Amino acid sequence: MSPLRVAILGSGHIGTDLLAKIHRRQGALQVVAMVGIDPESAGLSRARSLGVRTFHQGLVQLLADPLAAELDLCFDATSAKAHLHHAPLLAERGVRVVDLTPAAVGPYVVPAVNLHALREAPNVNMVTCGGQATVPIVHAVHRVSPVRYAEIVATIASRSAGPGTRANIDEFTRTTARGLEVVGGARRGKAIIILNPAEPPITMRDTVYCLCEPGADPQAIRASIRRMVDEVAAFVPGYRLSQDPVVEDVAARGLREPSGEPIQGTLVTTLLSVEGAGDHLPSYAGNLDIMTSAAVAVGERLASFASSGLEGAP
Amino acid sequence: MTAPPKRVLLQDCTLRDGMHAIGHQYTLEQMVGIAAALDRARIDLIEVSHGDGLGGNSFVYGFSRETEEAYLSAVRQVLTYSRLAALLLPGIGTIEDMKRARALGVDTIRIATHCTEADVSKQHVQAGRDLGMDVACFLMMAHSVPTQRLVEEARKMASYGAHCVYVTDSAGALLMSEARERVDALKQALDCEVGFHNHNNLGLGVANSLVAIEAGADRVDGSLAGMGAGAGNCALEVLVAVMQRRGLPTQAELYPLIDAADRLVRPLQRRPVQTDGNALMLGFAGVYSSFLIHAERASVQFGVDARDILVELGRRRMVGGQEDMIVDVALDLAKGRATPDKESPDEPV
Repeated sequence: MSPLRVAILGSGHIGTDLLAKIHRRQGALQVVAMVGIDPESAGLSRARSLGVRTFHQGLVQLLADPLAAELDLCFDATSAKAHLHHAPLLAERGVRVVDLTPAAVGPYVVPAVNLHALREAPNVNMVTCGGQATVPIVHAVHRVSPVRYAEIVATIASRSAGPGTRANIDEFTRTTARGLEVVGGARRGKAIIILNPAEPPITMRDTVYCLCEPGADPQAIRASIRRMVDEVAAFVPGYRLSQDPVVEDVAARGLREPSGEPIQGTLVTTLLSVEGAGDHLPSYAGNLDIMTSAAVAVGERLASFASSGLEGAP
Repeated sequence: MTAPPKRVLLQDCTLRDGMHAIGHQYTLEQMVGIAAALDRARIDLIEVSHGDGLGGNSFVYGFSRETEEAYLSAVRQVLTYSRLAALLLPGIGTIEDMKRARALGVDTIRIATHCTEADVSKQHVQAGRDLGMDVACFLMMAHSVPTQRLVEEARKMASYGAHCVYVTDSAGALLMSEARERVDALKQALDCEVGFHNHNNLGLGVANSLVAIEAGADRVDGSLAGMGAGAGNCALEVLVAVMQRRGLPTQAELYPLIDAADRLVRPLQRRPVQTDGNALMLGFAGVYSSFLIHAERASVQFGVDARDILVELGRRRMVGGQEDMIVDVALDLAKGRATPDKESPDEPV
């Protein structure tokens, strides 16, 4: 079977890491174009050195080129705002899109949870790096005991957050919270992101709090989380528990909701660390790695649909 | 002849930073009583929010007793002189939260980022300006970078449209010469106002605020009876007394502030807000002040020394908002994976 022909939009950290990963795998995907806005950017230089055609005047320039007619798939690693502009242009050309910005035009996909959801959608969204790291845990708890509320804290190294991420902090929190609900299954979600400038840079850390019904089974919850961590680690090897999940009866803390209701139930605290594969940025940037690895997994699944002839025209 | 000293704007944090000291549990009645007293004492600005700002209600930081809306609306109603302020940390609170606060009558929004991450405040500063608000920015953990770096970050915030940029000593770790140098440098570099916010972890709360005023700060923060995270903030009533002794112009009235501190606030301090052993460790190790109560709880839950937790958090260079790492550190200490370091922590850089 011939690989899917792929374009990468965005030559920042995420786009460049994606390029490195797809190139290294030499599998079901082949990058034929990389689009940026600065011809001198490290990302476009890297693409040229790998023999990939580059476009430095944005998506419009690529779409005006005959190459555009050969595209099967486009990864958008620009910004939420830019993606809102790109999405209709790509839809018009019938190019399937994996959106790595928090724009959330299409349905969310978190590979360890709902890879099946992408069969019909011409545009799928990868939530956020924090979402890719934490939604699987919420789902793992939810399948054992329904999660009433999920809250996550994602901390990333300052060096791993490019200008797009920094300009999209608000979108990040909203999109991640939504992902915890829609894909994770939580009735309500909340997301917090922190940038830490320590040198040497810190590895990405994610903490997931899930509030379940009182009396949920701690052993079953811990086992489900461990199983999920193994599934995610199958494509992001640096994804691991930094502690055994803490399961406690939260009533003992005497907390109340601001509405006055006492907070009752089983609180599950899961502490994770995500080390990257070191493709574009060093291994501290697990946030980059989990996002691009998940996107590649989605792309490869789309390629398998294409080769099995099951894919409907988008 | 030198110009007469300008009047410094005083901002109270009892009802925001003070939330940390009591696990965010003010009743509406307590909050309104304190706000009314501050208003009568002619304090320029009164900040009301969850300790971690708008949207701070969470397992990681704690849930407040009442909703943000209830606190802000109740305080708004009793203010006749003071302006109402709220805090927002990008990544925790959102622009939607800011809009709701504006609709509830908040005049001043304070946008706080870690001192090296000013660029994440851009969309929030611009949103605040678009809403017609007075916008002040915090550079938190200001002890942790050299002054030149602080100036670079402050310039970014000013360029986004901040009316004021604060040197924010979240760890209460600045010495007097360091506070003076930072405020002085920002005053020289910026056209906008410069503010100073600090914690009393090294016992320098009032002293550093006086130093900041002498270096030209336009706005200075304090809290009644120091009510704030860690060893508390600069005690507002003490600062006003010191300003009067120093001959610095202020409209604040001393006796009503002293009464409010002693009668309304001090009785609420379940855990004394003072430079005791654990609070001192914050300033000594350069740790974010609101980690204190969480570290003390983890110390009980996991059976390790709170001082070891705090010093290890400092060694790992944790920043504001990373309260989730307190349990991680406590579990590591309990398992012997992190060795308590009995020697002096790293010098602040």
